[in-house]
Amino acid sequence: MNTPYPEYMMESIKKVEATRAQRMTEEPKRLTADEKDALLKEFHPDYNPDAFAEIKVGANKGEKAPLELVNLLHSTSRILNEDIDITKIDYDVDVLVIGGGGAGSSCAIEAHDAGADVMIVTKLRIGDANTMMAEGGIQAADKENDSPVQHYLDAFGGGHFAGRPELVKRLVMEAPDAIKWLNELGVMFDKDEEGRMVTTHGGGTSRKRMHACKDYSGAEIMRTVRDEVLNRGIPVVEFTSAVELLKDENGQAAGAVLLNMETGDYSVARAKTVVIATGGAGRMHYQGFPTSNHYGATADGLILGYRAGTPLLYQDSIQYHPTGVAYPVQILGALVTEKVRSVGAQLVNAEGEAYIHPLETRDVNASGVIRECREGRGIETPDGQKGVWLDTPMIELLGGEGTIEKRIPAMFRMYMKYGIDMRKVPILIYPTLHYQNGGLEINGDGFTKAIPNLLVAGEAAGGIHGRNRLMGNSLLDVIVFGRNAGKKAAAKAKEVELGKMNLDHVKAYEEELQNASIDTDTVSPLLLPNYARHER
Amino acid sequence: MEKMVNVYFSGKKYSVPADLTIMTAMEYAGYTWKRGCGCRHGFCGACATIYRIKGKNELKTCLACQTQVEDGMYVASIPFFPTDKRTYNINEIKPTQQIMMELYPEIYSCIGCNACTNSCTQDLNVMQYIAYAQRGEFEKCAEESFDCIGCGCCSVRCPAGISHPHVGVLARRLTGKYIAPETQHLKERVEEVNEGAFDELIEQIMQKPITELQELYNNREIEK
Repeated sequence: MNTPYPEYMMESIKKVEATRAQRMTEEPKRLTADEKDALLKEFHPDYNPDAFAEIKVGANKGEKAPLELVNLLHSTSRILNEDIDITKIDYDVDVLVIGGGGAGSSCAIEAHDAGADVMIVTKLRIGDANTMMAEGGIQAADKENDSPVQHYLDAFGGGHFAGRPELVKRLVMEAPDAIKWLNELGVMFDKDEEGRMVTTHGGGTSRKRMHACKDYSGAEIMRTVRDEVLNRGIPVVEFTSAVELLKDENGQAAGAVLLNMETGDYSVARAKTVVIATGGAGRMHYQGFPTSNHYGATADGLILGYRAGTPLLYQDSIQYHPTGVAYPVQILGALVTEKVRSVGAQLVNAEGEAYIHPLETRDVNASGVIRECREGRGIETPDGQKGVWLDTPMIELLGGEGTIEKRIPAMFRMYMKYGIDMRKVPILIYPTLHYQNGGLEINGDGFTKAIPNLLVAGEAAGGIHGRNRLMGNSLLDVIVFGRNAGKKAAAKAKEVELGKMNLDHVKAYEEELQNASIDTDTVSPLLLPNYARHER
Repeated sequence: MEKMVNVYFSGKKYSVPADLTIMTAMEYAGYTWKRGCGCRHGFCGACATIYRIKGKNELKTCLACQTQVEDGMYVASIPFFPTDKRTYNINEIKPTQQIMMELYPEIYSCIGCNACTNSCTQDLNVMQYIAYAQRGEFEKCAEESFDCIGCGCCSVRCPAGISHPHVGVLARRLTGKYIAPETQHLKERVEEVNEGAFDELIEQIMQKPITELQELYNNREIEK
């Protein structure tokens, strides 16, 4: 007998096992539109008014954002009182890409292809990014029963009809070419013997269009595009963060002030076009949630862009992935890929009930888990974390013995390190802070509204996914919009004439803070979360 | 009272809660990671770590984010190791045995000690995938190395100076691009999109009022 949980949790598992045979014969019913709305309003964290505050300065003044983000937007620039000689230029390029994840790397490759002199600066290493951690897959409508139009309907509807049509269009129309591009770079997609892609559903998809590379989909994509960046000799300056954008007297972006994370020294990069590809914000731990995000996900790009005058869009819309690890505590908040549900596992409460369809959209499923726990149908771990069961043994029963090791080896490995054999026992999950649905507002070509030669790509951009993103549309987004930004930035660089660089916008923003009577002792961008415990 | 254990970071002793990982234990001790910390969930390989339990001879390798602390653990991070990635043009190389000899000739100096496999934080059979690479069996090498996260512990321990993770990447890219069968439906769909087959339809759906889209969305047929 496999007993990796405390006894009282094993008792609850008996209830899950008792209903399994019956549950396998019936698909849980899907919620109606009204039922979904009611569930979201009552249980989704975005509807918790205490967790948001009003932005008092800048382009989105008067709108709300999570408390922690507002705190950073209301804080002082890191370099306000630093004496930095910005006339001394350390790097002079056509295209400066800030961020070395999936979006930044694919952007750099395309800019390089277009003949631009391009460089990447990144706070950690190239590839230390949420892209690397994406497990489940990447969407594209490339099968006979599917079309980009169907993909549009799923993405736009799943995002509560709030996505920007021109962005959703680019996402779905360029999806097949994104897969082809990755495949030709050598990404090993799961295929059958005839070369057909092995595709599954994700939450909220109406066609099976989730392409995967086992459950290392993002890792396989990231390590391939990283290898390509290195093969091309594109300069990658690691452990170096952009701490403010530089502008010229005509209001154009002109580069960035960089900070060496190890030595604390500043340097200056001048560029004709700048691409913000800095990713997400999970390490802000909104509402105290654990996160599936990488160490550097601290919303830096949003702060840089906003201080330079670029508006945000849907900054109040956050994605909580329904299935983060709730037990064991060592991996609390780690992502349990949606693919676990795609290949057959149901969400089951402490009573052994499959209380919801496992492939509703993420916001709906996350709200469902929270409801079960709040209403007493969850299981509490010895550390006080609540959760519900994800009935993984069903996967082997449905797909045959060996399915888990073949299709979701990363999940199997992660749990086995703590003695939990998910082939035999279910795993305990609770929502984890996963994705910022919003970000800096861009137009259909990836340019920001306010600054003509500033682009944004990847998770830092807002409007592609509306107010809820579907599984597999983020890996897709970073490739489609990363590539697009690279092409557009390279083309734009040919026509940009830069004037004299300045940091006037940083001073102006500080004045605005003072005029709004905001007294702050924090500085931004945050760069790294404050995890170190100090006794005094 | 929380159970505590003694661990040694670069030789210095700290008392930390027993349920922490090496990564969170160092933070508990007051350290802020700059290098040696990436995804924190076992996918990026940034936190390669070597340790020995006091009084035991064996040196162990692990990921700091995926490994719980133990009493008497002597820990050293390996935030960087000089592996040697060779560069190539993926469009010009071919999946022949020759390419491994050209790019990574040191794999033929493998002495078969199996230290790479023993040090793998993902429990991969590293020496086996290097053997496949030597023989030009790229598909097998790709499959065997697929779960590699590139932490580099294998290379740290290798007496022949092999950069195993880079060999795996090359084999996988060759496999993905040249050896795996071509996807006909993908090729056709890209052609259709390029020829404008969906242009009119996508413009139509973009123009529809929200109420009509809600109707379409809520009643769309879902593939079984």
